[in-house]
Amino acid sequence: MRSISPEAIVGSRITNQSLRRWLHSLPGVDKVGLEARAASLGTRSIKTASKAWALDAAIKMMDLTTLEGMDTPERVKSLCLKALTPDPTDLSTPRPAAICVYGDMVKYAKATLKDSGVYVAAVATAFPSGRASLRVKLEDTKDAVRAGADEIDMVIDRGAFLAGEYLEVYKQIVAVKEACKRNDGSYAHLKVILETGELQTYDNIRRASYLAMLAGGDFIKTSTGKVTVNATIPITMLMLQAVRDWYEETGELIGVKPAGGIRTAKDAIKYLVVVRETAGETWLNPDLFRFGASSLLNDVLMQRQKLKTGHYSGPDYVTVD
Amino acid sequence: MRLDVRKTYKLFIGGKFPRSESGRTYELNDHQGKFLANVAQASRKDARDAVVAARAAQSGWASASAYNRGQILYRIAEMLEARREQFVAEIRAMTGVSSSKANAEVDAAIDSWVWHAGWSDKIDSVAGSMNPVAGPYFNISTNQPTGVVAILAPQDSALVGLVNSIAPAIVSGNTVVVVASEGLPLSAITLTEVLATSDLPGGVVNMLTGSAKEIGPWLASHQDVNAIDLEGAHSPVELEISAAETIKRVIRANSFSRGDSRGSLQHILALMEVKTVWHPKGH
Repeated sequence: MRSISPEAIVGSRITNQSLRRWLHSLPGVDKVGLEARAASLGTRSIKTASKAWALDAAIKMMDLTTLEGMDTPERVKSLCLKALTPDPTDLSTPRPAAICVYGDMVKYAKATLKDSGVYVAAVATAFPSGRASLRVKLEDTKDAVRAGADEIDMVIDRGAFLAGEYLEVYKQIVAVKEACKRNDGSYAHLKVILETGELQTYDNIRRASYLAMLAGGDFIKTSTGKVTVNATIPITMLMLQAVRDWYEETGELIGVKPAGGIRTAKDAIKYLVVVRETAGETWLNPDLFRFGASSLLNDVLMQRQKLKTGHYSGPDYVTVD
Repeated sequence: MRLDVRKTYKLFIGGKFPRSESGRTYELNDHQGKFLANVAQASRKDARDAVVAARAAQSGWASASAYNRGQILYRIAEMLEARREQFVAEIRAMTGVSSSKANAEVDAAIDSWVWHAGWSDKIDSVAGSMNPVAGPYFNISTNQPTGVVAILAPQDSALVGLVNSIAPAIVSGNTVVVVASEGLPLSAITLTEVLATSDLPGGVVNMLTGSAKEIGPWLASHQDVNAIDLEGAHSPVELEISAAETIKRVIRANSFSRGDSRGSLQHILALMEVKTVWHPKGH
């Protein structure tokens, strides 16, 4: 928990002006440098024992996701069963960290997962657009928390952010955080989705990251997975730099979750390299780094089978989603 | 005087021309031992990527109409004809045969494409059947493509053997990963240029150059390959044992003639599976 108040971090009372001053005083992002660094880290070759470790780590850090209009209780149930036994041919396979579903599906996920240790994360606040009144967003959040969600993935109001209404964005996150409070006084974990694909510039992504951390987000998450540009390695690296610097400044550990477009084990391993090299080993932990993905798990399982058997596996040897 | 363009060829995977993931090439000499070109030497990872590309293309290719597949195969014949001189020159450089022999081989290859193109919409008319059953049902057997086929192309044939290995597989809707002849790869490389300009969807034919000895075992054991053609295999027995682990269809070496201007329906059917449908019939 952080000991410094938001006012102390910003250096004055929280107003739109002070937030603007604070966010715009953050150093600008070196676009070329960031992308070159991300590309060079992506060329690392991870083999044998390290690869086996990385594949298992990727599964443990996965939020297995289904966010479709066509989600049914049975589909959610089958995804939960997959999380409990990812690979029936190899029971040593670790379980993903969480299942990520829409709020109304939480009860079905909870009923299947029970106290297995696999969390249920729910997207809330009028996901994915976030275009609803605050009252609706809060009720959406409370609904999911009441149904038993362990984690809430909220979206920020990108419209307000891009219009420069930082205070509005801040207040909404604070209010959603409060809505995550359970009857026993504990809080559901709050992940704040920045929807980086809509924020236009790297500078904006850095500002949105700081704003979300200031407002009390436990995780900052790249994307909803519903827009054209989803998680990329440079964006994730930028957000990892933000949480690292935030920790140095405030002593508070914030997590990062890239989501959308991460489909292959190879991609996942690249992300893990970037985590290790940017934020450090502390973040190679499901409490501080997650992948939001749906098809990634099968590819990781096929790679695991390849390592174990010595020959290439195929989609016929993993479950159909 | 001008400098020679010393060619370094690439692989053909998913409709694109990538270098080998391993970065390796090997030198190809002509029949007199003079340098001819650098050829990409594919690794097991290139084979893996090629299988992924072939799998991705398979359902689309199989669901294209037989007529459409036939048109595309016919177009391949046309494009091959247009590059006749290049094929003749390359065959002569690699093998040292006479111009008339090289021309005859190209003729045979073109004719083979045309012959196979004609079969696309006739396979089921000839090999499918309407079966008499003891009950009020229509009982119909049709032939479906097997899926992804790995082909170890004949080592001693530059072009016609290659065409007679690929065409019978793809005409029915299979997609293929081919390991070209290690010693005579130029016709295979030029054939990929033909395929890339023939409206053939990317990934239907994937061409690897390099050592069948090195790549073959990975394809034989690959769990996402449905059939393997061992015509150009170095150690066919081991590969067949390996393929049995995943109940792949296996075509043994010398099962079919590969040197003619026409193939055989049996070869096409060897890479197809029979599906029988029962349909209730009113009285």
